[in-house]
Amino acid sequence: MLSSLSAAECLHRPEIQLESLKEDVRNFLKASGWERKLQNAVYRELHVQPLPSHPAAPPEHAKEPLAYMRKAQVNWEKRILKSLNSMCTELGVPLARKRPAVEQKELTNKWNEMGTDEPDLSRFRPVYAPKDFLEVLISLRNPNHDSSEEASAKSHWGLIQVPLHDRDIPQMREAYSELSLTTGQLGIDDHTHVPPDLFESEHTRIGKKVVNEQDCAAAQQYSRQGCPTGLRADLWALILNSTNEPEDVMHYEQLKAGVIHHDLLVDNLIYKDVKLTASNDDYYFVFEDFLYQVLLCFSRDTAVLEHFSYNSATPPKSYIQGKVGVEEFAVVYPPNGVIPFHGFSMYVAPLCFLYNEPSKLYSVFREMYVRYFFRLHSVSSSTSGIVSLCLQFERLLQTHLPQLFYHLREIGAQPLRIAFKWMVRAFSGYLSTDQLLLLWDRILGYDSLEIVAVLAAAVFAFRAENLMEVTSLTSAEAVLADLSTLKVMPLIQIFLFATVI
Amino acid sequence: MSRNKTAGYKGPYGYQKRREGDGRSCVRYKCGLTNTIQDVLRQRPGWMEVKDDGEWDFNWCDVGWLRENFDHSYMEEHVRICHFRNHYELTRKNLMVKNLKRYRKTLEREAGRIEASKCDFFPRTFELPSEYHLFVEEFKRSPGSTWIMKPVARSQGKGIFLFQKLKDIMDWKKDGSRSEEQRDETQVESYVAQRYIENPYLISGRKFDLRVYVLVTSYIPLKAWLYRDGFARFSSTRFSLTSIDDQYVHLTNVAVQKTAPDYDPEKGCKWQMQQLRRYLTARHGTETIEALFKDIDNIFVRSLQSVQKVIINDKHCFELYGYDILLDQDLKPWLIEVNASPSLTASSQEDYEMKCCLLEDTLHIVDIEGSCQENPLLFPDLRLTGREKRVGGYDLMWNDGPVYREDVNLETLGSACFTANTHLGCVNDRKKQLRQLLKPFPGKKRI
Repeated sequence: MLSSLSAAECLHRPEIQLESLKEDVRNFLKASGWERKLQNAVYRELHVQPLPSHPAAPPEHAKEPLAYMRKAQVNWEKRILKSLNSMCTELGVPLARKRPAVEQKELTNKWNEMGTDEPDLSRFRPVYAPKDFLEVLISLRNPNHDSSEEASAKSHWGLIQVPLHDRDIPQMREAYSELSLTTGQLGIDDHTHVPPDLFESEHTRIGKKVVNEQDCAAAQQYSRQGCPTGLRADLWALILNSTNEPEDVMHYEQLKAGVIHHDLLVDNLIYKDVKLTASNDDYYFVFEDFLYQVLLCFSRDTAVLEHFSYNSATPPKSYIQGKVGVEEFAVVYPPNGVIPFHGFSMYVAPLCFLYNEPSKLYSVFREMYVRYFFRLHSVSSSTSGIVSLCLQFERLLQTHLPQLFYHLREIGAQPLRIAFKWMVRAFSGYLSTDQLLLLWDRILGYDSLEIVAVLAAAVFAFRAENLMEVTSLTSAEAVLADLSTLKVMPLIQIFLFATVI
Repeated sequence: MSRNKTAGYKGPYGYQKRREGDGRSCVRYKCGLTNTIQDVLRQRPGWMEVKDDGEWDFNWCDVGWLRENFDHSYMEEHVRICHFRNHYELTRKNLMVKNLKRYRKTLEREAGRIEASKCDFFPRTFELPSEYHLFVEEFKRSPGSTWIMKPVARSQGKGIFLFQKLKDIMDWKKDGSRSEEQRDETQVESYVAQRYIENPYLISGRKFDLRVYVLVTSYIPLKAWLYRDGFARFSSTRFSLTSIDDQYVHLTNVAVQKTAPDYDPEKGCKWQMQQLRRYLTARHGTETIEALFKDIDNIFVRSLQSVQKVIINDKHCFELYGYDILLDQDLKPWLIEVNASPSLTASSQEDYEMKCCLLEDTLHIVDIEGSCQENPLLFPDLRLTGREKRVGGYDLMWNDGPVYREDVNLETLGSACFTANTHLGCVNDRKKQLRQLLKPFPGKKRI
């Protein structure tokens, strides 16, 4: 909208001639940078909007085309809501309440150090944890699929029993060609013993150019080989088309005002989650205050509701007392429709490394959520959805490490039970920060979470020798407990390009 | 020079008796501390602890022992000890400031203002009570400023407080009117008053300082090594100038933080140097942060140069310093203090491993085994030539002149861009480097 305003304004400029109006406006837009901004905005829309479908398809098909997946998601949501409501009743805490003036003033003063608050959160429990969600995924079945065949070598050994399409390694080698052994990578070819002239210096030079040109599509392509530390913040903001214009800052301030005025039950869940996860992390404890500032605002951001048109999930609705079922008295709860679960704050924590202006940090996080993270905790058939990731992981393992998979199954240590928590968080909190950021470079670069499943399989491949020795689930978990020393790019590269097919 | 000997003469009682000129079959060490250094020494192959008054080849002592015994000890040529006799010229706050001020003056006289300004990395400091009047002049010139009082000789944050009013430091007022009796009774402890840095660089509202390790093996000529690892220590509460009484806000020593009411040992309030460097680079860009680390290098070199002529150089001595550096919001580094006995107690498993590696590499560089030339069979792997620019996690920072990463030879001499051989906060692949370093040379005879 702003670009059309700008275009309208430019009509008054002396260099615009009536005879060559079309050309002149176009040149003006290019010179002023507005053409690029328009391009980036369109590119952004192409990313989030689902592919055009049949005109007669109902809107829920845009959310999720498979009926049995939709049904499973609906049931899961019912359970979550029930859990939330019962906590509400049990504790006698309202879902939302207006803060008295004194409390509002106090919170405004303490806005930059909410972490110093130590409210009594012992009565609050997280609404659900990833392992609860895993059980739901394990029980998914396609009613049209005849799975009554005898167990054979072709059958799937893993926990996910739905017939979704996945890719094999030859297909992935094509798709992820930029990660091949002969292409330079950050995370491999910037290592100390590799002279920077071979790859790093040139790659950084190109990166600076991409940032100067403000080219969103180029930034995405560039990110496939990794972003240099000094340029990453700008590159990610560019790829996500996340701006920090006055209107973004104002939007953030409005959300902040919302936090000050009203207290939501989910706020306590956020506090508890931050205290339990990020605050105890060696890398992220410093950013505790930022996490509150982002997540509390996030809960109140109704702009997030837009993403439900392509998310299989539906925001929970609450009804004004006595008017249950009457749509006019329905209120989306929380306002952004997203109920946080245990570990949710870890989606934000790594971003604190790159952005320290709250409104900018918020803007980037929100875009990351509505493009990628939401798929990690909703039931859908999307290739970036958690169901596909789980299946992809299991199939990769079964195809390329069958001995390991069989062994782990026999000792009651289904691999997915260990890898699930990594994938739900896109590895945040499990890898060291610099490695995590290199992984997320590729998520942005390939616009897909598939690489997360590949990494999970690669980790098992890397520790296969030790895993073959273990005799219980607990010991398998111990072998895979500490991933902080792993270097992700060599692991992924070897798994995709050096595995014998 | 080779001497004919067997690998360990056993006297009539079966124990190894040392004859004159005999090859040492082990390194005898004495250790006055009971933390990480004990473990490192114990695990070193061929090193044996001696107790009480036994003769030693290597001594990791505390400064108290040094003060009492150094002057009475005769040390043979190969013997090594971990402190310089008068290290306090660098590590006592009042003496360090005195030496730095004097060095700065000399520099200004000899090389001009700009060169002297490179020494402006410590805040205005005055010793009390001796420089009380000078201090008051400065104090009055900057009304409303905050100052920090530190006892010259204590550590771990003890005795430190902040003040903004002169009345808070009346005890240190140099007052000629006190009666002789009074003066004898109450000897006021020597303190320094230092301008408090009111705009420290904050990460998410928290103040932090840096602990960096510098190893000096000689002052004349000056030879100093910089360790790649280190850490940033965070205050556990948010920074604010309104609560200057809250020492937990301002002091970042782990020792102080441990006593804070909300200290959670599980939480950990340290970041590895690599983590910090990456964070700063992501926030400010590579060039800016490279310039910052260059400024930090400057602090080490200048501070060592300022005491070069004062420290009693002794070939037996080496010293591992713990430098405390503070960054301000303009990314200017400030020297807070230098520690001759940086804490070797580990606060976590990660910290323990870092300190073990630090100490191991320190011992590699001291290379006391190298002085056991007579018995090459004993330590066949440790063959330092003395020309190394890197040993494990240490980079040679200064060797009677700046040390560069690039090899300086006839071809490169004309080139303008030499980079300093320092890698603070960079990747520390020490194991790999040590393996390469300590490989026997091809063709070398091994009997």
